[in-house]
Amino acid sequence: MTDNAIAPSAAAVRRPPSPPKPWTKTRIIGHVLVGLWTALIVGLIYFLFVAWDRELIDKYAPTYLSGLWTTITLVLASVIIGAVLSVPIALGRMSKNRVISSIAYFYVYFFRGTPLIAQVFLIYYGLGSFSKELQAIGLWGFFREAWYCALLSFALNTAAYQAEILRGAVRSVAPGQWEGAASLGISKFVTFRKVILPQALIVALRPYGNELILMIKGSAIVALISVYDLMGYTKLAYSRTFDFQTYLWTAIIYLLLVEALRHLWDWMERRITRHLTR
Amino acid sequence: MEGSIALLGFGEGGWGLSIASGILVTVTLALATLPLGLAIGFFVALGKQSEEPSVKLAANMYTTIFRGLPELLTLFLVYYGGQIGVQKIGQLLGYTGAIEINSFIAGMFALGTVFSSYASEVFLSAFRVIPKGQYEGGYAIGLSYGQTMRKIILPQLIRIALPGLGNLWLILLKDTALVSAIGLADILRQTAVAARVTKQAFLFYGTACLIFLILGILSSFVINGIDRWAAKSGAKR
Repeated sequence: MTDNAIAPSAAAVRRPPSPPKPWTKTRIIGHVLVGLWTALIVGLIYFLFVAWDRELIDKYAPTYLSGLWTTITLVLASVIIGAVLSVPIALGRMSKNRVISSIAYFYVYFFRGTPLIAQVFLIYYGLGSFSKELQAIGLWGFFREAWYCALLSFALNTAAYQAEILRGAVRSVAPGQWEGAASLGISKFVTFRKVILPQALIVALRPYGNELILMIKGSAIVALISVYDLMGYTKLAYSRTFDFQTYLWTAIIYLLLVEALRHLWDWMERRITRHLTR
Repeated sequence: MEGSIALLGFGEGGWGLSIASGILVTVTLALATLPLGLAIGFFVALGKQSEEPSVKLAANMYTTIFRGLPELLTLFLVYYGGQIGVQKIGQLLGYTGAIEINSFIAGMFALGTVFSSYASEVFLSAFRVIPKGQYEGGYAIGLSYGQTMRKIILPQLIRIALPGLGNLWLILLKDTALVSAIGLADILRQTAVAARVTKQAFLFYGTACLIFLILGILSSFVINGIDRWAAKSGAKR
């Protein structure tokens, strides 16, 4: 019995009993809230199950898919064009030349300070009222198409936001990095590409992800200028059927898309900051 | 140029008055949404930092859902879904007539939920800045949880959260433009009507953009003022 106290066998180790979990007020509220969410989700699934309509799905599922494709291509194209445009704007913002920096500042201020939907209307309907002038310079074919107008306004909008992200990221890199590279005789351009940019991108990754998600969510408004993206086809389906499940399916698709992106970004961030974990 | 001024003016054939009423609607909607969003956001943040896993789960589901949906879709879900829901309840109570949901109320709830899910993140990060000793100090002098929250934590929390909340206010102001899609006569709707009637789309949508810019600038003045006031009443460091 005595050596049991010195070298206790595994069976003899007795863990203290886990502390009692009383039903406090918070715990009750929490369970009620989770219960409400569960009821809501079960209700949603039940509703979609009851409202399951083979004909409706057969008729509108393909249009939803093509709408989703429109959404994705529109967002990707505008984000890429915006990324290209954002470089000169960010450089302009950081420029020592007063004129250039204030032009860049006003560009960014305008596109960040006004609603995206107003910008889209301004470009689609507003420039549309100059059809004669646009025809004269041969650009009417571009501005007549709602899709191109949406692409242009999204690209201009996201360029402003991305310029700010880029500027913040480049500024977050310590100036000693520039000086260190200069003392090694590395040219400014190479320093930027090989020393500054890799460090800046780590800082910029998360804001870029947020911007991409904001663009996906913001792209829903193109439905209002008759572009048939996911939201556009949803509006069409609802106006024809008055079946609320048309909106619910869209909500599920958008949620899945955004969540997938968010997890992808978390994974990417973990991966490129591996060397920073201690 | 003179024609444009006449079109935007308040006189005969001018659209100034209807645009001004649009500004009023936009500002009222944003101001009405703000307290709703702040209150919900605060409680969701409380839930997120709770030690009780079920509360945390419920709060996290709230933000995941409302931050993942496009604002326009949330608006439609609340507007049409609310309409159907109210109709169903009406039928249960024996009322069979058509019931219309007020688009202002629908807009307020939709924008309020979106605002609160973002605000909860701002509040949460502010909560994390406040050291545990502040709570313990409160309990040590015999304050209850509610009193500690109200008299010790909240004043500091608001000061820390102000810049983030200011950004969210500017985003809210821009998001109100979406309610024109459910027929509320806000700035964008009024300018759109004017643009369609006068065929001067560029002028009127440009005006709408300018008005939003001016509202944003005015808000930043107010936010800076609140910021200075809050900093003054804070402890000297």
